Amino acid sequence: MADAFKFELVSPERLLVSEEALQVVVPGEEGYFTVLASHAPAMATLKPGVVEVKLAGGADERFVVFGGFVDVTPEACTLLAESAVNVNDIDRHDLEQRIQDAREDVDDAKDDAGLTKARTYLDQLTTLQGAILPA
Amino acid sequence: MPSLKDLRNRIASVKATQKITKAMQMVAAAKLRRAQDAAEAARPYSQRMGAVLANIAETLGDGDDAPKLMTGTGSDQTHLLVVCTAERGLCGGFNSSIARLAREHARKLLAEGKTVKIITVGKKGHDILRRGLGDNIIERIDLRDVKKLAFVNADEIGKKVIALFEEGAFDVCTLFYSEFKSVISQIPTAQQLIPASAGESVAAQTAGDAIYDYEPDATAILDDLIPRNISVQIFRALLENAASEQGARMSAMDNATRNAGEMIDKLTMSYNRQRQAQITKELIEIISGAEAL
Repeated sequence: MADAFKFELVSPERLLVSEEALQVVVPGEEGYFTVLASHAPAMATLKPGVVEVKLAGGADERFVVFGGFVDVTPEACTLLAESAVNVNDIDRHDLEQRIQDAREDVDDAKDDAGLTKARTYLDQLTTLQGAILPA
Repeated sequence: MPSLKDLRNRIASVKATQKITKAMQMVAAAKLRRAQDAAEAARPYSQRMGAVLANIAETLGDGDDAPKLMTGTGSDQTHLLVVCTAERGLCGGFNSSIARLAREHARKLLAEGKTVKIITVGKKGHDILRRGLGDNIIERIDLRDVKKLAFVNADEIGKKVIALFEEGAFDVCTLFYSEFKSVISQIPTAQQLIPASAGESVAAQTAGDAIYDYEPDATAILDDLIPRNISVQIFRALLENAASEQGARMSAMDNATRNAGEMIDKLTMSYNRQRQAQITKELIEIISGAEAL
């Protein structure tokens, strides 16, 4: 059996998870990656996506995060999310609202850099929507 | 000397006031619990954020590529004061003590020949600072329509502050709010936001000499992290403020209720005395009338 490590998921409003985990899949800015125990120290920014956690107790949990950071050390994995929700609690309207806002940002973008950034964010959001809301 | 009827009316009105202050106290107590929970729930994030920030800052050192938000512009000519107060009054000295601290700070800076700009968050602070420092207020932010304080509210303020910084509108930014110690004690606090002072207290508990992998790279992460940290600091200040406001209101209303009680006792006493005096007077009149016959 794989070793367990400390996993924490924190949003500005509250601490969502603080438990022992066996494996965590994190949506890094440059692609999803998996964290296991004794992972090399790393720090990465996150894109909107799904975090999959395999808890030491055996349960699997999935969370939707909208950007943030992850701080990985051999003993712990701390995820600072801009905003995070359990997949089971995700609100379809909230997601649609975010996509709507992102579309407006694309329309309002003034320079190329802003436009690229807004477009990327919108793409990430729509991908996310496709992934978690089949139907 | 007020007549009996006047006294009766006054007692009735003080009683009505007491009922209101009592109700306000209970509402504040309920809201305080919620505000305190929110402030506590937000604490882990800002702690972890501080730890991560200290960690990266340590790795990068004070090199040239450290972002301006952290090192400052190198001058301290223009100061921005972000003053957070409540939207409502009737909470004792809460608003005025924050405003007083900010005003003293502003006066001191002005006396030194510095330029002062003020952003007020909350209506009461704006009302107080408008007198005397009205010309220095560059913006007022209203949170009156906000029912439950969320991170986005703080994020908006943070983004505004950063946008101003990038325009070169100020060099040093200080945040004014009231720290919640307990129901009876709230401490008006000034906290320097920009240039950011990385918390020394948290530096010790991080991984230390471990070599980190950064994705994308350390500077990019830091560029992203520092603005977020500013929003987090503002968010924390707003939450502390919300708890302090309810605490201050609770004790102010408790005092008011007690004062009203004392006043009712006093008024009732003089009402009874006067009534007794009147009865005695009437009796004397009757008796002396009967004797005269």
